[in-house]
This record gives sequence, C-alpha cells and structure tokens, in this order.
Amino acid sequence: MIQTVKETTLFLGPQHPGITGNMMVELKVIGDTIKKATTHVGYLHRGFEKLMEERLYIQCFPIVCRICVPEPDPNEENFARGVEELAGIEVPERAKWIRTMVLELSRIQAYLFWMGGQSASVGLYTMPQWTIGDRDYILDLFEDLTGGRVYHMYIWPGGVRRDLPKGFRDKALKTMDYIESRLPDYDRLLFENAMFLKRARGIGVIDPEKALEWGVVGPPLRAAGHHNDTRIDDPYEKYPEVDFIVPTRSESDVYARAMIRRFEIEQSILIVRQVLDKMPEGDVYEQIPNPFYWQVPKGDAYVRTESARGEFAYYVVSDGSTKPRRVHARGPAFVHAVSLLEDLLIEQNIADVSMIMNSLGTCPPEIER
Amino acid sequence: MSATIKNVLSPFSALKFLGKKPHTIRYPKETKKTADRYRGFHYNDIETCIGCGNCANICQNAAIDMVKVPGIEPKVGDSGLRPRIDYGRCCWCGLCVDVCPTGSLALSKEYTHVSDDPEDFLLLPGIEHPEFGDELSYVSEKGYNLLDWVRVPMRELDPNERVRSFAEVVLGYMEEEARAEASRCAGCGICVSACPDHMHIPEYIRAIAEADDLQSLQVIYDNNPLGEMCGKVCTRRCEGVCVIGHRGEPVAIRWLKRFATEQFSDFGKVLNPEIRPKNGLKIGVIGGGPAGLTVGYYLVLKGYDVDIYEALPKAGGMTMAGIPKYRFPEDSLDKQLRYMEEVGVKIITNTRIGKDVPFEKMLSSYDAIFMGIGFHKPYLLGIPGEDLPGSIQAVTFLRDVNFGKKVDVGKSVVVIGGGDVAIDAARVSRRLGAEVTLLYRRRKQDMPADEEEIVGAIEEGVILITQGIPLEVIPGEDGRVKAIKYGMAEMIPDPKGGRPRPRLIEGDERILEVDTVIAAIGQQADYSFIPEELMSQLEIERGRLKVDKWQQTSVPGLFAGGDTVNRTADAISAIADGLRAAEGIDHYLTPKLTKQRIDTGLK
Repeated sequence: MIQTVKETTLFLGPQHPGITGNMMVELKVIGDTIKKATTHVGYLHRGFEKLMEERLYIQCFPIVCRICVPEPDPNEENFARGVEELAGIEVPERAKWIRTMVLELSRIQAYLFWMGGQSASVGLYTMPQWTIGDRDYILDLFEDLTGGRVYHMYIWPGGVRRDLPKGFRDKALKTMDYIESRLPDYDRLLFENAMFLKRARGIGVIDPEKALEWGVVGPPLRAAGHHNDTRIDDPYEKYPEVDFIVPTRSESDVYARAMIRRFEIEQSILIVRQVLDKMPEGDVYEQIPNPFYWQVPKGDAYVRTESARGEFAYYVVSDGSTKPRRVHARGPAFVHAVSLLEDLLIEQNIADVSMIMNSLGTCPPEIER
Repeated sequence: MSATIKNVLSPFSALKFLGKKPHTIRYPKETKKTADRYRGFHYNDIETCIGCGNCANICQNAAIDMVKVPGIEPKVGDSGLRPRIDYGRCCWCGLCVDVCPTGSLALSKEYTHVSDDPEDFLLLPGIEHPEFGDELSYVSEKGYNLLDWVRVPMRELDPNERVRSFAEVVLGYMEEEARAEASRCAGCGICVSACPDHMHIPEYIRAIAEADDLQSLQVIYDNNPLGEMCGKVCTRRCEGVCVIGHRGEPVAIRWLKRFATEQFSDFGKVLNPEIRPKNGLKIGVIGGGPAGLTVGYYLVLKGYDVDIYEALPKAGGMTMAGIPKYRFPEDSLDKQLRYMEEVGVKIITNTRIGKDVPFEKMLSSYDAIFMGIGFHKPYLLGIPGEDLPGSIQAVTFLRDVNFGKKVDVGKSVVVIGGGDVAIDAARVSRRLGAEVTLLYRRRKQDMPADEEEIVGAIEEGVILITQGIPLEVIPGEDGRVKAIKYGMAEMIPDPKGGRPRPRLIEGDERILEVDTVIAAIGQQADYSFIPEELMSQLEIERGRLKVDKWQQTSVPGLFAGGDTVNRTADAISAIADGLRAAEGIDHYLTPKLTKQRIDTGLK
C-alpha cells in the first residue's frame, strides 16, 4: 500500500507571529507537524546603523534606544560606554550606580513584558493584563527619573542626563516590594499552571552541546546549563559591587527558560535594592566636549551588556571625525530568532511556534535595526 | 516533576481579584498626572529666546525649523527667528532643551493633541499654545547642559610687572588653550550680526578648533585685512552677544583671532591672495588708519593703484598714534603693514593733505578719493586754567609717547574722562612712573571704557574718583599746573529714560594736587584741510560726514569712512567702512572701466 502525504505551506506572520514584532516564519507542514521552517525578516528595517553614520555622536543616543522596543536601556548604556571608551571619558561614580539601577529596572520590566507574551502564546490571557499593568509601575519610575516611559534617552556619553528626582528612592523601593509581592500570583497563574507545565516541558529543546556553537546567549544559554552572564564574565558599571546569583538549569526547554527568567526577576529586585542603598552622592554627568564639534579619537570599541534577552554588544568605530564611522549592534535576537529558530521548529507542533519564539526572546526590531 | 492536581487548581486563585479596583486610569474621568520631568510638548519663552538655532542644529530628526515670526524683528544678538517643531518628526529626546544657551526652550507636561489636520502638528512653541508654559517639566539646567560655560582663562602679566614697561599685558593663548577655547563655540553665528564688519566668526573659530590655522587666517582675511590688530584691540561686540554669554562666559572670539594671526610671522608667504591685473585706475586715500588701509588692501586686490597719504611718520591711524604699545605692540602693526605693502598698497607717510599736497591736486590726479581722517582734534574741558603748562590733551600725549617722544608727566597725574582714551592715558602715565588718578563725572558703571581695561587700570594702581566734575586747574607759583579743583556730583535720573546725568553738589569742592592734568573727554574731526568750495558741498551732521550705502559722500567720487562717518568709532567699524568703500569705489568706477575696455578693444 502506498501512503501519500500532503505538505502544506503556512505563513506565520508577518503581523506579530506570537506577539513578538513583525517578522514571518514560513512553515512547511504535514498535518500539524512542521517539516521545514524558514524565517523571513525585512518588515521593520529602519536603517539605524546607517543613519548613525550621518549623525553627530550626541545625536545617536536618541536613536540607539529605538533598536529594541521592549528593552531600550541596554542599547543606550552600551552605546554610551562604547563612545566613552573611545573618547577616554571617566563617568562619575554615582552615574555608574544609576546606570546599574536603570539596567536592572529595565530587565524587570522586560521580563514582565515577556511573561505577558509567553502566557498569551499558550492562551493564558489574564497574565498579560497583570504583567503589562504591573510593568507600568516600573515605567512610572522611569517617567519620574527620565521624563520618558518607554524610550528613556537617559543614559548618554558622560553619564546620565539628570540626577534622581526627589522621593525617587522611596518610590522605587515601594515598587520593588509590590513587584515582589506579585510573584506568587504569577507563579500560581503561569509557572505552576498545569497547562503551562504540560505544554512547555520538553518543547523547543536547544542541544546544550551545540548552544555555544549556535551563539546562544542569555536565559536560553543558562537554561542549557551554561553558567554565562556578561555581568559576571565581563563586569561593567557597578555589577562587581553588588551580590546576585546567576541561575542555571539543565533541561534547555521552554519551561527551563521561563523559570530562569522568573528567578532572575527576584535577583534584579535584590540588585535594585542594593544599588539604592550603596549609591553615593555626587555628580552624575561628566561634561563632554562641545557636541557640535566633538571629534572622538580614532579607534574602535566593542562593549557588551547583559540584556534581558542575553548578551548585547555594540561595536563603535571612529575615524576621528565628528560622526561615527560605523556603529554595529550585535543583539541576541538575531542569533536566536533567525537561524536557531529554523532548526528548533522542525518536528514541532504548529501551536508551539509562537511559544518557542517567545521563549527565545525574539525581537524583530532588534534583528533588523 | 509532573503536573499534580495542585497545579491544575492553582490558576483559579486569580479569581480572588474579581471585583477589585483596577489599576488603570478611567479616562476621561481621571487623567494621568505626568512626572515633574515629563517630556511633553515644547514651550519657548519668546522673550528670552534669541533665535540662535542651536536647537534646530542639534535635532537629529530635523524636526525643528527656524521661522520668521510676525512681531519679532531681527536685531543685534537676535536673529528674529523662532523654532517651529514638527511633531511628525520629533522624538521628544529633549536634546534641543539641553543645548539651549538661554534656557528659553523647555518641554511641558502636555502630551495629548488630537487633530485631523496635518498642519496642526506644526507648533511654534510659546506663540501657539502659550498655556503649555504654565507647567514646565523638562527644563534646561545649566549643570546638565551640553554647552561649556567656562572660558579658558587668558594669561596676563602681573600688575606689578606691567607698570615697569610697555610690554604687552595679554600673553595670548598657547596652542592647547586656543583649541579648547575654540571648541566651545556652538557655531550658531549670532555674533556675525553684531560685528560691524560681519566677519565669518564661526568659520574661523571652527578652523582653529580643527587645528587648521591657515584656513582660519584665510577666512579672517576674507573681509578684514587687519585681523591681528582686531585680535588685540577690538571692541568685540561679537562677545557681547555670544549665546554662551547668556548664562556663562562668552567665547573669547578676540583672543582666538589673535591666536590664529599670531601663528604666522609673515602673511605674504602663506596667504597668496589672487590679485587682478592692473586696470590703470588710481585711488587716493587720505589717512592711513584702519579704514584707509582696508580700502587700499581690497582695491589693490581688485587691480587698482592705491596711494595712501599719512600725515604721521607711520600708518595705522589711532591704532598707531593712540593705542598704547602694551595693548598693540608696534612690531605687530609693522607685520601687517609690511604685508599690505607686499601686496602693492603704496603708503606715503609724513605727508599731510592740504599742507604738503594740495587737496585740488588729489582731485585731479585720482579717479576716486577715500577719506579716513579720524578724530584727532580733542574737545576742550572749558574750565579756567586749561591752557596752563602741564595741562595736556590725551590724544597728543598718547601720540607723543607712541612715537617715542620723551614726555615728563611729573610725579602725579590726573586724567579726566571715562572712555578708552582716558584709561589708556592713565595706564601709560602709570608706566611713566606717576601716581595716577582718574576723574570721571558719572558712576563707574556708566564709564564707556571696556570693563577689562577698567579692571586692568585699577589693578595697576590707578585711583578712580567717580562723580567728580573738574572745575578749575590751579596754577602754582611757577605758572605751571599745581592742582585741580573738582566738585562732587549727584546723579539725576533722565526723565527721557537715558542714562542719569551728574549734577554738581553745591559746596562739596575738593582739591587734588597734581603735576599734570590730562584731558580725555572725546575728540572730533578736523576738516580744516578741505577747500571751502568742496566743504560747502559736503553734508555734515553733528560733526560726521553723511554717506550713502557705498560710503560715498554727497560729492561724487569722494568716499569716506572711519570715525568721521560712523558713530561707534572703533577700529572694526572703520574696517567695515573701508570694506564697503572698496566695493563702492569699484562700483563707482565700473562704468569708467567698461568704457576704457571698449575703447581699447575689449581686452
């Protein structure tokens, strides 16, 4: 008897496949099972890297934050640190502490955002209502601190743009307490939910042996058992002076990646509290040269930051003129969601695609820039 | 671990939130209160804004245009333009606020705007929606601004050292200092409108910042052939309007010009200006001051033959005869004159028109004449004893000292006046070893002299007596000056809103014993050398010649500039006059030149 099968092509996207941003995954399926997956990007290309070549250094910092919508701050910090390294600017101590705090607040809000996406991708629509709402309390902090909610444009070469406003410390501590008090609710609704356990375990497994070869970073790499975190491996700002734990797991599946993030929220809350306690008084901004004429010395700098999605890096090249010769952003989403995703999706169920994409931290605006 | 019954039931705990008050704001019943630092729509304090355009230049989205606004007229230090924001482009980064020199631009707490008309998204902050100014949030703070408010200090000779010689007081910037100072400039160009000569200030400063001194020199020489002189003694109106000066110290534009010109010991070797072939026309210039030299330089470049007649032994006008050597050393003037002569300007010294050469001869032998004769005739005090031996005029005194004549002022000197000439006379007298008192009829803040000069004089030990009106010069037994009698004055506000006038207080008269009285209360032009017939045709208004936009007087072919024409009476205004006159003369002679070319077969 000859068995015939029919292969169907299914286009997932480009309108927000799995609440990630605009990209498309072209699937060849037989029944519900994926036989081949091809990723297509190109829907969000804004040409930021090229635009920066035509901008003064100071004009670049409002651009870089837009590279990643859910998590702009690592971009700002990375670019600023790259330029500071080239120009030899020493940032005031207090500014470093503030930057550390901003990066951790940013991590918490990014995880809350991810949590909403991850749960929605498995059909849990109460979670996004909670986490996006709670995330807004952190955005309120950002609004007080920087004047902006999503795009802060706060960290710039030389330090940060303004000192903490009055009453910020108390408000931040209160918000941290609130987020911490919400974690058991999240646990009951998502992380201990039988449905999530059933669907997320054993799905989207990245071979721990090959994870490094692939260039996997961040929570997916830690979920594969590798103890890897830029904050520890290549410390920057004030991370050497705060205590925190870098969690690892071994399952390397969607569930393991979720639990890593869940655990890291607690760690980030701890870091924010430590920063607020240890932060010294002082200046927050080292005056940069006249921005209209500022010629950054010739050279190149490669700087790394641990973002919520993993190692984020900027390569800044100066030819000694007033504008950068090249600014290249190396983001985790490019590795995770373009090449790795194609491999992970094979033999998976159609319904799991967006769940896997979410667990990898897919972010098309960062892929395309 | 596998899913247990507990895992199945735990999600239902979410039901406990049913009926609780949501965290969200119920719009429009409740509105969101924005943070104190919120970056909403712009607001611009129109009165404080000077339209420098820094905001438009820094905007990385090109969202800001500088536009003409009805009711705001351009004036010196204010372009008359105001920023207009395109909210289709603005990303609310606030760089415009952080680069605003006056602090007029700010972001407000307003963030909602609904309209179906795209034009509605163009906002002239401060003019449209002035109510945004009620609640400002992201405002310009000096400590977080991108501009550098502090000037690189200029090194000067110690005051005790200064009074011992005529050595230059200001030492000039070292290379690194100059580069650092030059890089403070924001390049907005507001200063250009304040400069009488409209020098290309941002361009030559930028060149200095980029370590291209030759480029800087070339830009300076584009419209000022006496850049080094201006770099030392200019009245620097530009610095008075420098945008950074609104909240900090203005860029040291004068010292930077000085730096650029001092980098070259021989301008002829580096400048190589394009000189047009000789056209055969001859221009006579009366007076070798800044105005006359400028006319000469730019007309020679245009192919004219220029003869400059100078009555004194050296050209330079007041900058040679009036300004003391500790401010403007002679070798610096020589260097600039030497370059002029290399280019082809003919300077005939020791020749006074009307005495050595008759004016009529000038009229017959030149195609056009420029008069830059300056103000060399002093006003008299009009008090008894003014003509006693030992009572002298500041202009004569400074001229004698500058030309190396031996002048004995005795042990004590009183200088009467409050202008730059008075300060110069006082500081020169200090250098001649005298105790110097400066007597001025108004208050210190009313003195027309440069603030820096007043400070310098006081540092050097000049004693300042303000609100003192000279009444009489008292002779001694030998018939020479023995003392001066002056009365104290009180200030009476001017009902018309002008500066307050001094009024003598009856009975408060004082006597100061001095060896020399130097009067420095102003100068005027001496037109006595002009033939009567010509003089009757010239229009003169309050001592100054009336000229048109080409600097031409009411007599065709006779041009004038410098102190005899402009009210500001400084070197840079004279240079500006000269530049305009050079254009004017060229314009005036063009028909003649064209006819000449036609007659000779269009060669």
